[in-house]
Amino acid sequence: MNPMVKAEGVCKRFGRLEVLKGIDLEVQPGEVMCIIGPSGSGKSTFLRCINHLEKVDAGRLSVDGELVGYQQRGDKLYELKENEVAHKRREIGMVFQRFNLFPHMTALENVIEAPVQVKGESKAQARARGAELLDQVGLADKAKNYPRQLSGGQQQRVAIARALAMQPKLMLFDEPTSALDPELVGDVLAVMRQLAKDGMTMVVVTHEMEFAREVADSVVFMDGGVVVEAGKPEDVIRSPEHERTKAFLSRVLRKD
Amino acid sequence: MSLSTEERRPEPVKAVPVRHVGRWIGGAIVLALAALAVRSIIVNPNFHWELVGPYLFDTRIANGLVTTLLLTVGSMAIGIIGGIVLAIMRLSPNPVLSGAAGVYIWLFRGTPLITQLIFWANLGALYPTFGLGIPFGPEFVTWQTTATITVPVAALLGLGLNEAAYMAEIVRAGISSVDEGQNEAAGALGMTRGKTLRRIVLPQAMRVIIPPTGNQVISMLKTTSLVVVIGYTELTVVAQQIYAQNYKVIPLLVVTAIWYLVCTSVLTVFQGFIERKFSQSTIQTTGWASRMFGFRFGGGKDRQ
Repeated sequence: MNPMVKAEGVCKRFGRLEVLKGIDLEVQPGEVMCIIGPSGSGKSTFLRCINHLEKVDAGRLSVDGELVGYQQRGDKLYELKENEVAHKRREIGMVFQRFNLFPHMTALENVIEAPVQVKGESKAQARARGAELLDQVGLADKAKNYPRQLSGGQQQRVAIARALAMQPKLMLFDEPTSALDPELVGDVLAVMRQLAKDGMTMVVVTHEMEFAREVADSVVFMDGGVVVEAGKPEDVIRSPEHERTKAFLSRVLRKD
Repeated sequence: MSLSTEERRPEPVKAVPVRHVGRWIGGAIVLALAALAVRSIIVNPNFHWELVGPYLFDTRIANGLVTTLLLTVGSMAIGIIGGIVLAIMRLSPNPVLSGAAGVYIWLFRGTPLITQLIFWANLGALYPTFGLGIPFGPEFVTWQTTATITVPVAALLGLGLNEAAYMAEIVRAGISSVDEGQNEAAGALGMTRGKTLRRIVLPQAMRVIIPPTGNQVISMLKTTSLVVVIGYTELTVVAQQIYAQNYKVIPLLVVTAIWYLVCTSVLTVFQGFIERKFSQSTIQTTGWASRMFGFRFGGGKDRQ
């Protein structure tokens, strides 16, 4: 079986600033990987490369055996057309730090927008499934509410339902709880925990060490655009080998 | 501090409110001036109110009004569609498209509307004929410019193409006002650029686009009178023609003013309806009376 995500020497540069300096990692199907590290370490950028929101400058990045954003024919790489990129993104769900719900649509409309507009599902079918998904994230009674009428935690759970509506094979979470009030974090993490239990492949950029320790199959510590340390959560978080990991964890864990 | 079972209700605040003497004096002065103005309008015989009624529904005036409305609707339609196209071109990553839109906006905003109107009316002097064919090759169909670009067509082209330049900037500002995260979220769901624009970005941009567009429509209603320079007649020009014959200048100006105010009022209320439709999910808008005149009834609740 192909790894769900495979990165080999992935580099990314914004102007003169080198954000990723050769990332190598693999995510297996069904695996939950948490990426931790200080801000500015490139972890969000790497996540955004996986669904081609950012273009990779060097190295190879593939999802489920297929290159991201390019196609190889012979020994030449061809850039994918816009609609081909869009087509591939259908299978990768993404949850953003700032939720990015569509403010002019109700919660249910947010959830059914892509299935109807992108996949061409019938509205009735999409509605039924959308209601199910909202129920799954504990928001069955908020279907008709607009995003501004929901709390941050509720908005983020709608955003998760919206991503799941496309039936993705991979879910990317970009600091999904960083913009939330502390008392709302738990509800979102509970939904993600259930998702992991159901066997979804997930890559999660997070500062929630407790969640990483408990839910992740593997933890990757990034700093300065490179993977410093990777392995089982108990190894990386409990007994880190590298000085940088130790320093970071001692700063983060002191808060707990 | 002890907590007793018998709760002590705090006493409600009883205080003498601040007296706004200045407000009362100001209000009285304004009311007095308003009364004077209204009185003079009613009493002054030079207004010839007895003529206003009949001319209000004069057929010539009615025809002029219809032309004004048709020109407004037609040129705004050209302006809005052209503006959307130009705005999308302006924001395109293609430098040729973006540059072309930039030059168009520069040219049409940078020259007087009167010049443009006269230019379109005299297009025949520049290009006596125009046709469809292969560039640098044979032409299949040819038209006489003067026969095709008649005065009404020139008026519509002049007003509409000029308006498109202004609308382009309004639409561009609207599109730019939508958070970049919306594009990313739609893209991550597999939506294409075009679909994202139609379904996600433009509906949100409308909130920013509609108020200045309402302004443009109301402004266009009156700008249409410029077509007099190419010999076309609408409401204002008709009124001028009538008072040139009978010297009843003031009553005819009052008649046109009444019609312009009626149209503007209808448009203002209509704009309110559209605004409410697009802001359903974000903010509550105010009622029609406050929209039109800025009155705040019931103590003026602040918008959130």
